[in-house]
Amino acid sequence: METGATFWIASAVKVIAIVLGLVNLGALLLWVERRQSAMIQDRMGPNRANLQIGGLNIRAAGLLHSAADGIKMLWKEDFTPPGADKFLYHLAPVISLVPPLCLFAVIPFGPSVYWANRAQVFGSEAWNTTTGFIPLQIAMPDSGILVVFALASSGVLGAALAGSSSDNKFSLMGGLRAASQMVSYEVTMGFSVVGAFMVYQTVRLEQMVQWQVDHAWGIFTQPLAFLLFFTAAVAETKRVPFDAPEGESEIVAGYFTEYQPMKMGMFALGELVEVMTSSALLTTIFLGGWQFPFLKLDGFHLEMFGVAKPILMSHLTVVVISAITFALKVAILALLQMQIRWTLPRFRYDQIMKLGWRILLPLSLGNILVTGIVLLFING
Amino acid sequence: MAGTIVIKKPKRTLADQSYVVEITKGLGVTLKHFFKNFGQMVTGTRPDVTKFNYEDGVATLQYPEEKKPYPRRFRGVHRLTKRSNGEARCTACLMCSTACPAQCIFIKPGEYPEGHPSRGHERYAVEFVIDELRCIFCGFCVEACPVDAIRMDTGIHMTALDNRADFIFDKEKLMSFPSQDGDFETSNTRVEPGDKAHHGITREQGH
Repeated sequence: METGATFWIASAVKVIAIVLGLVNLGALLLWVERRQSAMIQDRMGPNRANLQIGGLNIRAAGLLHSAADGIKMLWKEDFTPPGADKFLYHLAPVISLVPPLCLFAVIPFGPSVYWANRAQVFGSEAWNTTTGFIPLQIAMPDSGILVVFALASSGVLGAALAGSSSDNKFSLMGGLRAASQMVSYEVTMGFSVVGAFMVYQTVRLEQMVQWQVDHAWGIFTQPLAFLLFFTAAVAETKRVPFDAPEGESEIVAGYFTEYQPMKMGMFALGELVEVMTSSALLTTIFLGGWQFPFLKLDGFHLEMFGVAKPILMSHLTVVVISAITFALKVAILALLQMQIRWTLPRFRYDQIMKLGWRILLPLSLGNILVTGIVLLFING
Repeated sequence: MAGTIVIKKPKRTLADQSYVVEITKGLGVTLKHFFKNFGQMVTGTRPDVTKFNYEDGVATLQYPEEKKPYPRRFRGVHRLTKRSNGEARCTACLMCSTACPAQCIFIKPGEYPEGHPSRGHERYAVEFVIDELRCIFCGFCVEACPVDAIRMDTGIHMTALDNRADFIFDKEKLMSFPSQDGDFETSNTRVEPGDKAHHGITREQGH
């Protein structure tokens, strides 16, 4: 990896791009959710936020509603309940928004950009020890996915603190539900990926992607783990059908009942960013990350379809195609999560617990066992 | 026990228990709706919601831009019908203001001047004022009118105006509204002096 000034500049650019991109994509996802749900339910959806410039009315298919919501939230009265624990009350929304944003730091969103040693790097094993390249990933820690789990499980603190600090019984109920649900599904989430570790022989996300590029996507080697991880990830985001912590019909709005304008917005935004980070994680671990099928580092290799010669491309083109592929995969998974949200009704609280502890957890343990046996036979 | 019908509880299969199959079916339903409606919205071929139909599709009526037409007999804003010579058909008999349960009609009757063909057998309304804020749009005035002078067939939905004075409609304003078909005279013209269909015998001439 490059060191010195280049490293710092590249890192700063990547951090700014990711944070701004995620926050803005969160607002975009809000629009997607509203219009998509409308299309599912034979409605029109919000489309009347209007920007008047001169005699020109710009509606942009309802995209401006997210902006209007932001402005509204900023100008509303920010009321703190008198009995609330002030410090924790104000800290909770921050804690629920920041971890999902930080989580993106270890996710590779494209192949490394090389400008030196390219001849050496192609086809060699030493691809991450040489200098002269910038990885399209903010941080490459050895702990890899363990960082992801550490950050993801700290997200539970936000909901739990919000519930306990805002001096409201409904909030407390919501906080309790959120805490127990997230802790329960964290277990399944962790165990379901263990099978993937065993196959990839690594916990570093960029090496997982590399393994999938070289061999096969994780969804083919670990189909059950994909399903379990997907379910657990949906449960982690606390959205329908796992939105018992919010449960409008039972406990008002759950753990953010007492939060009014922008802080409620931070919870909502954190939820949407979580949708995107969980989609990105799924893409990285199970869907081959940034890999476009048959696209190698120097172009398309379509020997399988009778095309003898590879279609060569410049390195930059490949990088751009790969990054777009990653974004597309994440978008498709995020849309699928939205679709599930508007398809299924809410699970009862005991059903959530039963599903987590008595169905998903044994299945994930069984997956580890079967993966171990199969690997033992393959490796002799 | 005799006559007891035992209903067997349907058993859940493994496919039902695992949720996966049923969730996929449900996703199929929502995705079908999504893609159909999305396609119709993008290509602008969604079913016309201003008409009565039973087609699937986005059913939202974008109100100010899209309106459902009112039925022919919708009771809209009143109008005073005209004779063929342009005068108001009203004879100031006060039947409508008497019938009005909201007492929103004020009529000041007057005699026709000397020499006018109608003088002696009918009066005319010097002022005819309807307070549209008081009106309950019951249609009693239309039914009470013996000469078909007041009608509610304009098809105009009474809208909100800026101040209360604007809701007081005087004779000129009431005579300025056409019917849904665009005419100012009544369609079933009564036979009266000055009308095209008049048979030529007036009350002054005697029978």
